[in-house]
Amino acid sequence: MSAPNKSYDPVEVEALKPEEIERMRDEALAAFAAAADLDQLQEAKTAHTGGTSPLALANREIGALPPQAKADAGKRVGMARGAVNKALAARQAELEAERDARVLVEEAVDVSLPHDRVPAGARHPLTTLSERIEDIFVAMGYAVAEGPEVEAEWFNFDALNIGADHPARGEQDTFFVDAASLGAPAAGAEGVEVVLRTHTSPVQVRSLIDREPPVYVICPGRVYRTDELDATHTPVFHQVELLAVDEGLTMADLKGTLDHMVQELFGGEGMKTRLRPNFFPFTEPSAEMDMVCYVCRGESVGNPDRPCRTCSSEGWIELGGCGMVNPKVLAACGVDPEKYSGFAFGFGIERMLMFRHNVEDMRDMVEGDVRFTRPFGMEI
Amino acid sequence: MRVPLSWLREYVDLPATETGRDVQAKLVSAGLEVETVEQLGAGLKGPLVVGKVLTIEELEGFKKPIRFCTVDVGTANGTGEPQEIVCGARNFSVGDKVVVVLPGAVLPGDFAISARKTYGKTSHGMICSGDELGMGDDGSGGIIVLPPEHEAGTDAIELLELVDEVLDIAVTPDRGYCLSMRGVARETATAYGLPLRDPALLDVPAPNSFGYPVQISDPTGCDRFTARTVTGLRPDARSPIWLRRRLQKAGMRPISLAVDVTNYVMLELGQPLHAYDRSRVQGAIGVRRAEQGEKFTTLDGAQRVLDAEDLVITDDRGAIGLAGVMGGANTEIADHAEEQGTTDVVIEAAHFDPVSVARTARRHKLSSEAAKRFERGVDPQAASAAAQRTVDLLVLLAGGTAEAGVTEVIAPSAPHTITMPADHPDKVAGVAYGRETVVRRLQQVGCDVYGQDSLTVTVPSWRPDLAEINDLAEEVIRLEGYENLPSTLPKPPAGRGLTERQRLHRRVGRALAGAGYVEAPNYPFVSEQVFDQLGLDNDDPNRRVVKLVNPLSDEEPALRTTLLPGLLATLRRNDGRGSHDLALFETGLVFHPREETVRAENPPVDRRPTDEEIAALNAALPEQPRHAAVVLTGAREQAGWWGKGRPADWADAVEAARTVAREAGAELIVQQGQYGPWHPGRCAELCVFLEHADGVAADGSEGEIVVIGHAGELHPRVIKALGLPARTCAMELNLDVLAEAGEGTLRAPRISAFPVATQDVALVVDQDVPAAVVEAFLRDGAGELLEDIRLFDVFTGEQLGEGKKSLAYALRFRAADRTLTVDEASAARDAAVARAAEVTGAVLRGA
Repeated sequence: MSAPNKSYDPVEVEALKPEEIERMRDEALAAFAAAADLDQLQEAKTAHTGGTSPLALANREIGALPPQAKADAGKRVGMARGAVNKALAARQAELEAERDARVLVEEAVDVSLPHDRVPAGARHPLTTLSERIEDIFVAMGYAVAEGPEVEAEWFNFDALNIGADHPARGEQDTFFVDAASLGAPAAGAEGVEVVLRTHTSPVQVRSLIDREPPVYVICPGRVYRTDELDATHTPVFHQVELLAVDEGLTMADLKGTLDHMVQELFGGEGMKTRLRPNFFPFTEPSAEMDMVCYVCRGESVGNPDRPCRTCSSEGWIELGGCGMVNPKVLAACGVDPEKYSGFAFGFGIERMLMFRHNVEDMRDMVEGDVRFTRPFGMEI
Repeated sequence: MRVPLSWLREYVDLPATETGRDVQAKLVSAGLEVETVEQLGAGLKGPLVVGKVLTIEELEGFKKPIRFCTVDVGTANGTGEPQEIVCGARNFSVGDKVVVVLPGAVLPGDFAISARKTYGKTSHGMICSGDELGMGDDGSGGIIVLPPEHEAGTDAIELLELVDEVLDIAVTPDRGYCLSMRGVARETATAYGLPLRDPALLDVPAPNSFGYPVQISDPTGCDRFTARTVTGLRPDARSPIWLRRRLQKAGMRPISLAVDVTNYVMLELGQPLHAYDRSRVQGAIGVRRAEQGEKFTTLDGAQRVLDAEDLVITDDRGAIGLAGVMGGANTEIADHAEEQGTTDVVIEAAHFDPVSVARTARRHKLSSEAAKRFERGVDPQAASAAAQRTVDLLVLLAGGTAEAGVTEVIAPSAPHTITMPADHPDKVAGVAYGRETVVRRLQQVGCDVYGQDSLTVTVPSWRPDLAEINDLAEEVIRLEGYENLPSTLPKPPAGRGLTERQRLHRRVGRALAGAGYVEAPNYPFVSEQVFDQLGLDNDDPNRRVVKLVNPLSDEEPALRTTLLPGLLATLRRNDGRGSHDLALFETGLVFHPREETVRAENPPVDRRPTDEEIAALNAALPEQPRHAAVVLTGAREQAGWWGKGRPADWADAVEAARTVAREAGAELIVQQGQYGPWHPGRCAELCVFLEHADGVAADGSEGEIVVIGHAGELHPRVIKALGLPARTCAMELNLDVLAEAGEGTLRAPRISAFPVATQDVALVVDQDVPAAVVEAFLRDGAGELLEDIRLFDVFTGEQLGEGKKSLAYALRFRAADRTLTVDEASAARDAAVARAAEVTGAVLRGA
C-alpha cells in the first residue's frame, strides 16, 4: 500500500488512470464472455473480482489519495466494478441455464431401476387386523386384556356356565393337557384339568376377577380347537372378544357397539349389524351377529344381475356370537348381578381376514408363506 | 330338525301363498336357525303315474339281468295300451303297482325322459326308484312297490307328495321343544299371530292298576313312565304312503309299521317312544341304574359294558334298554316280513333325567334321536298324549286293539315358577316394552303370568330352559324382534390405552418388519425328536415339555419350549416353494412345566374364588413366557444393478437381537456362547443386566447378568438334521426378561455445540479377545470426554504375527463447555488405550 502523499496526483497514479480502469473492466468483461462453463467462469471471477484482481488493487490505491481526489477516483473504480459484477452475474445465469439445459440432462439416470436391496419385511395380517380392532375400542376407553393360552378348565369352562356335561368339554373340541407332563404330583389325584383355551373368554373371567366394575376390556388372542387344518378350519386360530360390565348396560348398547365396530372397520354409509337369537351358556339373552355385506351393502339380495361373491348374495355376513353376560358368570366372578349387567361378543380374526381381504384358503394364513404376508406391510 | 312345510300347515293355517322362504324368514327372526329350505321335487314334471305290471320278460345275454315289462298305466299314455318298459330292478312281480315315468317327463336333476333303444328293445319310460324321484332312502333297495289299492294311471306326483319344501332347522341346546313339529308349529303360530292346533291336546284315559306293570327304582333318573299295550296287530301291515313320506322328508328311514309310528309320534310331539314286542318282554318293566360292568347289546348290535351311572330299562332277565338312548336287541320289534311278526306291543313313553341321558350317550358314543331330545329336555306332560297318539295310530293302521290298562308312574313335581320385575326385559333390552307387552309375549310362549310390577311366571312344561329372569327377558325380546333393538353406545370411563408391555410387543414387530423380516406365526405343536435334531443336551431344560392328551398328530404331542422348530419349518417350506432369500420372525408364547406344582381343586361357581384359590389355579398352569425369534437364509442384501449382494450371516442374527433390545430400551450384552442349535464358533450369548428386585444383595451386588437367548449361525449338524439351507442363521430371546431390563423414561442427552476432535487408534490383540471387551475398556479409559466410539476395521495378517488381530477404532471426543485442544484429545485417547492395554493386553499398532 502506498503512503499518503500531499502532492499526489491521481492522474499520475498509473492504476487509477481512467484508461487503465477501462482496460481492466474490458478485460474482465472479455474474460467472462470467454468462459465456456461454470468452472472457467469461477476462475475468471477469481481473477477479475477477487481480492488480488487489478480492480481490487486499484481500489486500494484510492485510500492513499488526497481527499480532494478520492471522490473522483472512487467513482470511476466503483462504476467499473459495478459493471464487472453485473456482467459476471449475467454470465453466471447464462451458464447455469446452459448447464441445466444440457449437462443435467446428460447426467440423467433411469430412475425406474429396481431397488430391492433389502426387501421389505411385513407383519402378519392376523396380528395387524387384531391390533386394528383393538385400537377401535382402545379409542373408546377399553383396555386390552391378555391371559395364558394354557388355561385351567375353571376359567375356560366352569366360570362361564359351561357345566361338566356341556358337549364343548368333550374331547371332540378341546385339547387337554397331560397332567403328568406338568409335573403334577401323584398321578390319578383329583385336581383341576388344564386345557388349551378354546376361546379368549377365560380372559374375560380373569378381567372381571382382577378389576372392579365398571370393566371395559377387549381380549384378543390365540385359541385352540381340535379341528384338522383345511381350507376353512385351523386348530389354532385367533379371536377378539369384548366385555363390558357396568351399571345399566343393555342389548341396545351391545348393538350400538357392534355397529360402531363395523363402521370403523369397513367404513362408509350403511354399515350396521343384525342380531339373531341364539344360545350360548355364558350369555343370556344370546345372539348371533351378522354385518351388512361391505361389498354389495345388501344390493345383491334378490338381484340376480348383480350377484355378490362375498356374501353369496345373502346381503349379510355372519360375524360371531354375542349377548348379555349371563348373571351366573357375573356371580362366579364376584360381580353383583343385581347391580351390574354386561354384554360380550367374540369373533374369529381368520374369518374376518378372509372376507375383508378375499383370502380364499385358511392355509394361506397358517403356512407363513412370505408371498402371502409381505403385501400386508405394517398395518392393515 | 327337518320340517316339511306341508306337515307344518296341519297345525297352523298359514296363508296359501306363504313359501318356505317366507316361513324361514319369520322363524329366523324368532330365533330359530333355519339353515336351508330344501325344494323337494324342484323341476319335476309328469307324466308320473301309478302303473300295474302286466308281463315280465327276462332278457338273456347281458352282463346283468334285464327285464322287459309291459305296464298298464291307464290312459296316462293317451292310448290306454300297455306301456313297454325296460327295467334293471328285480324287486317286483307281475301284478305289482309301481311308479312309472312316461316320455316327456322330467325327473329331479334335469333328467328328461324319452323313449330310447336299450338292450335291443325300445323302452317307453322308466319304472322308478325312490332315489330317482328325490324321495330319499325308502329301504326297498330297488324300485318303489306301492300298496295294491292305488289305481293304475293315478298321478304319482300327488300320491307320493313329491313336491314340498323342507325347512332344516339347527336347534340350539336350549330349545329342545323345537325338535318336534309341535314346537316349531308353536313358534310359527306366534310369529304369524295365528292360532295353534296343538297335537298334544288329546283325550287320554286315566291311569289304572291293570296296565303293564312298571317299577321305577330311580325316580330322579326317571320321573315319569307311561306304558300302554296294543294287541292283535296285523304282522303284515305296512306304513301308509303319507306316513312313510313324512318320515322320509324329516330325514328318517321307514322300517316297520310299529317303529315308523313311534318315530312319527316322536317327530310330531317330541316325545321319544319305544315299542317292545310284548312276547319278548318277561315280567315287569323296571328302571334302575346299571351294575358296574353289566353287559348289554343295543339295537345296533353292539355289546356295551355299562357304567354304574347308566340308567337302564329292565325286565326279569335284565336290561332291555339303555334308558332314553337306545333299545335292546333282545326285545326288538320283529319285521313284518319274518314269520314270527310282532302282534302285541308295549309302548313306553317315559321322561328321563337330561344329564343322565347325555352322559350315557357320550360315554357309549351313541347319539340317537331319542338321546338328542332327552338331553335338551322333553315335555314331561306330553308323555301320556304321545302314548295315546301311538296307540291310536297302531289301531288305525294295523288293526290292533288298545288294551284298557294304562300304566303311569309319576314322581310328583311342582311347575317351575319365576318372579320377575315387570320391567326387567325393558332393562335388559334398553327398550320400553311396557308390562302389557311383556305379559302378552310370555303368555304366547306358554307361561302363566300373574302380578303387576312384580310378575309371577309359571313356565310351561316344555320349556325347562326357562330357569332365570334373563331367560324370560330373552323370550320377550326375541318375540319383539332383535332386529328392532335400537343402537346406543355406552360411556366407558376414560381409558388408559395400551400397557407398556403391549406397546413393546407392537414395537418389536414393527422394528423387525422394518428391518426386512416377515412375521410368521406358527402352531405351537412340536415333536420331542426335534430337540435331538436341534442338538440339545439330554438334560437341557427345553426338553421338559407340556404334553397334550389328545394331540392332532401323535408325532407332535408336545407344546413348544422354543420358537425355532416352527420358524425353521416355515423357512424350509418357503425355501421349498422357491423363496430362497428369507428373513422370518415370530413372537409368541412358549410353555415350560413348573418345577413343582400343587394340584388344586376347582372352586365353586356361585361366588368369586378366593385369592388363594386363584393362586392355586394359576400354579397348576405351566410358565408361559413370550419369546421373540428370527431365522434367516440366502441373501440379506440382494445383488443388483448397484453391485454385489450380501449373504445373511451370524451378524444379522445378532443385529436382530439388538433391534429387539433397542425397542425394549434394554442394554444387550453380547458375548461368545455355545448352545445346542448354534455353530459353536458363531454363537452369541445374549444377556441383560437385571437389578435385584429388593436392592443390593448380601454380596454387595446390585443385580446380575442373565442369559436371555442366543443368536448366530446354526450348527451344520442341525442344518442337516432339519434339512435347512446351508448357513441358516437364527436368533431367539425371552422378551419378558428383556422387557424387565428395559430402562424407564429416557433422559435426554446433553448436546454440545463445540467442535469434535477425532482420533483413530489401531490396537493389536490376541484373536480370542472379544472386540466388545476392547471397546468397553477403551470407553472406560477414555473418560467423559468420549462422545462416541466406532470400530471401523478388523485386520489380520502375517505382519501382525500368529493369532493376532488389529482392531481400528475411531474415537470422537467433545467437551460440553469448550473447544478441546489437541493435547486434551490425545491425552484422553492415550488413557483409553492404556486402559484397554492393561486389561486385554492390547498393543497400539505400529508402536
